[in-house]
Amino acid sequence: MFEEIVQTGGQIEPSDWMPDKYRASLSRQIAQHAHSEIIGMQPEGAWITRAPSLRRKAILLAKVQDEAGHGLYLYGAAETLGTDRAEMLEGLHSGRHKYAMSFDYGMPTWGDVAAMGWLGDGAAIVNQVPLARCSYGPYARAMVRVCKEESFHQRQGFEAMQALVAGTPQQRQMAQDALDRWWWPALMLFGPPDDASPRTADSMRWGIKRYTNDELRQRFVDMAAAQADVLGLTIPDPALRLREDGHCDFTLMDLEEFTANLRGEGPYATQRRDHRRAAHQDGAWVREAMQAYDDRVVAAREAS
Amino acid sequence: MSTYTEPLWEVFVRPARGLSHMHVGSLRASDAEMAVLSARDLYTRRSEGVSIWAVRSTDIASSDPAERGEFFETAATKPYRHASHYHVPDGLNL
Repeated sequence: MFEEIVQTGGQIEPSDWMPDKYRASLSRQIAQHAHSEIIGMQPEGAWITRAPSLRRKAILLAKVQDEAGHGLYLYGAAETLGTDRAEMLEGLHSGRHKYAMSFDYGMPTWGDVAAMGWLGDGAAIVNQVPLARCSYGPYARAMVRVCKEESFHQRQGFEAMQALVAGTPQQRQMAQDALDRWWWPALMLFGPPDDASPRTADSMRWGIKRYTNDELRQRFVDMAAAQADVLGLTIPDPALRLREDGHCDFTLMDLEEFTANLRGEGPYATQRRDHRRAAHQDGAWVREAMQAYDDRVVAAREAS
Repeated sequence: MSTYTEPLWEVFVRPARGLSHMHVGSLRASDAEMAVLSARDLYTRRSEGVSIWAVRSTDIASSDPAERGEFFETAATKPYRHASHYHVPDGLNL
């Protein structure tokens, strides 16, 4: 039954039987995806008070709120697999779980906020659109909503880049510098190259993934190259070249830097987890109060 | 540290007048009021609804997925319940 559904492009629902490895693999992927949304709020959230206009501030607030929402949709989807939410949070806080470590880079200028929206959210869309057809129903449905919202994120980023390139020479330079910083982290969002991605085969066979990391990375580069042309900016890859078949040749990110990031050695990795842990600890009294209230309600019910 | 997690709620949204509430997902909230408020913030940020229901997940009764086959079997053997089962003479509006 499971194999038949998965092989014919159908969808598995929470109450269906599924192999333990499928459940474990999905649970890991969805939790990591949720963590990425939650951690991703940090670098942009830090720019809300410094956005260059009221309009940009309102947009950025909405975007960061969406990311919180995406994290919550995803934690909800993971819970349908029987994954405990407190355990997922513990995994994030302890460092046992990974997240998209592209968020471990800094955002020193407003240009970085623009570039991250354009490239980071652009990469996220390329990754997530096929996930909206993945074999696990709750994950696919969450992705449908996420993709709709992510499209606004990418466009607002591109528009913010357009505003910078149409500005003063310094603003234009700010946009180019931000592109230089964010190009490689954007490529990293697609994960390791296919020949170094041990889980891809299982994920493809089970219909969790519909395309390989390299296929999606290629799709992203092709689109981003055309977009950079419109902005009049230069992607920091001297080997980038449009081939006659309409696809681009390009250089893969530095794999040593990529694997160091995976080990949690990215420039802001410690800060991101520390910040998240502190937020969780600061909220401990709220959880304790809710627990106490809950205990009282239960005690009152049992006494009556 | 307390590992307390709020109870799970299933959220249903009516997209517009004239349509039924549809299941959109779940969330965690301490009580019914918080569940409805959180559902608004989580599932209707872009005017996706005009009404929200939140139901404690543990309060939902459901059919047993393991017995799906026999449970729904009776309907499968009654094609005469469908209009398409009946032959209508060509050209007749019936």
